[in-house]
Amino acid sequence: MSEESIISLKNVNKWFGDFHVLQDVNLEVKKKERIVVCGPSGSGKSTMIRCINRLEEHQEGSIIVDGIELTGNLKNIDNVRKEVGMVFQQFNLFPHLSVKENITLAPIWVKKMPKAEAEELAMRQLEIVKIPEQANKYPGQLSGGQQQRVAIARSLAMNPNIMLFDEPTSALDPEMIKEVLDVMVDLANGGMTMIVVTHEMGFAKTVADRMVFMDEGKIVEEASPDKFFNNPESDRTKLFLSQILHQ
Amino acid sequence: MNEMNEVRKPPVATTGIIGWLRINLFFNWTNSLITLFVIYCLYQFIPWILDWTIFSADFKYNYLGEQITNQEMCSRNLDPENGGACWAVIYVRFYQFIYGFYPRVEVWRVNLAYVMLAFALLPLLYAKLPYRKYFLYFTYIFPVIAYFLLNGGLGFTEVSTNKWGGLLVTLVLGCTGIALAFPIGIMLALGRRSKLPVISMMCTLFIEFIRGVPLITLLFFGMVMLPLFLPEGIDMDGLVRVLVAVTLFQSAYMAEVIRGGLQAIPPGQYEAAKSLGMSYWRMNLLIILPQAIRISIPPIVNTSIGLFKDTTLVIIVGILDLLGIGRGTLADTNWLGLSYEIYFFVSLVFFIFTFGMSRYSLYLEKKLKTGINMGAD
Repeated sequence: MSEESIISLKNVNKWFGDFHVLQDVNLEVKKKERIVVCGPSGSGKSTMIRCINRLEEHQEGSIIVDGIELTGNLKNIDNVRKEVGMVFQQFNLFPHLSVKENITLAPIWVKKMPKAEAEELAMRQLEIVKIPEQANKYPGQLSGGQQQRVAIARSLAMNPNIMLFDEPTSALDPEMIKEVLDVMVDLANGGMTMIVVTHEMGFAKTVADRMVFMDEGKIVEEASPDKFFNNPESDRTKLFLSQILHQ
Repeated sequence: MNEMNEVRKPPVATTGIIGWLRINLFFNWTNSLITLFVIYCLYQFIPWILDWTIFSADFKYNYLGEQITNQEMCSRNLDPENGGACWAVIYVRFYQFIYGFYPRVEVWRVNLAYVMLAFALLPLLYAKLPYRKYFLYFTYIFPVIAYFLLNGGLGFTEVSTNKWGGLLVTLVLGCTGIALAFPIGIMLALGRRSKLPVISMMCTLFIEFIRGVPLITLLFFGMVMLPLFLPEGIDMDGLVRVLVAVTLFQSAYMAEVIRGGLQAIPPGQYEAAKSLGMSYWRMNLLIILPQAIRISIPPIVNTSIGLFKDTTLVIIVGILDLLGIGRGTLADTNWLGLSYEIYFFVSLVFFIFTFGMSRYSLYLEKKLKTGINMGAD
């Protein structure tokens, strides 16, 4: 089982000061698997996926990504980050660079790709997220949905094996959520390994291979979407689902 | 009652010059009173200052038509009722004001350096300059050229720095100080925010120590104490010692200004850069610093203007900058009592440079803001 795992978290613990934010978290993700993580705010779901590309450090346990264990070793961290793309709630585009430059920057400087090739790649990625016409604008001139799609294109340009999404639609106006989710569904259908933290249950039902429910730093329930939504085991999961489905 | 196709015009006298005058100068009666008072003051002051500086002033000859060679020949000293400023002192001492005591045979080297400085600044001032890239190469090597041109070597006769003076010293100190302090300041600012405790502590100590000491103390330190730290037999040039002090002083301030800009960058920018696999230096050079420096332009220019004016303090360690030459001239019995003219001239030169810097910063701010919304969301 763990032979095929591309991401493996074993007994991961993390504290923010005295606050025990991740408590013995175990998670195995197989290649091409789509995991949706949900749970109330403060449950540690963002922290968990941020540990996977070492934006946060875990203090106990082990995290192995694509055969590389995340430790203080900077070289390992860089290698993992080249494998793992990340999309943030706040987009985090670089405001001083145009859309095209946002996308080409990492391929040119991290992968040493020639500029012309990187620009071609950027245009291809923009086609995928359906906004090639915005290539020469600056992030500040785009809508939230367009910015988030640029952020996805920027990550994809590094050709990652794994994509992490940290509440990618939470900062968007309702009418823009769909355009971003559509892109993510395409990506999932294309066979990308994805871990998505989101409260978009419709999206979860369509694409997720497995649902992970977290509360108070622990993984409370792990199940197929079918079982998760129709027949959850834990009371906390039931409570959470009743709260978010009754909005 | 209005016809449908009638275009409604704004109320009379809210647009155009009259509208502007009404809104800005005569909005209500206190406003009008202040306007009238200011106009009266300007009416009194402007003709007087124009008369003193230009119409009644002596430039080279006094009202008798004689060429002025000392203060007694100034019109205002010959006939106190008439006569305005006696600019002849600037005319006669112009060489010293601009070059100090630089040998006259070699002065073309200073002139060449001045011209080259202008060319070196061009690509920095105008981003749209044709062939900007090649001009920039010149900007980078200009300091080396200027060093050999001004100081000598490479076939040029040596001109000891104690012969330098006036505007030359002011510009050398100001430009070198600002140009060197900028990169050093960036390194210090990054260092102070570093996660490595040794580096962060060293940078913090350095910045706090330099900032906590007056520039005059640093100048004395450079003059008196710096040679004690050097190995025996190595003599450091006086101007270089002052330059070291000025640069250290300016870098500490620059570091704090840039640190302010760094703190304004949202953590998400660091995270996005890291998640793309960028190293610490790439992240800072490509993502963080361009944004931080953009935010810090006003305070960067502010401290730079401050430094440019503070260079006048070198007079206390015996280096004669523009102001120093002015004071030297005042001490000359030939030109006693012409302090108005000399200080007016020195102020004017400083004003031209600092005003230029401040306009440049406004231009930069405007240029860099276009199309970029810094708050991306």
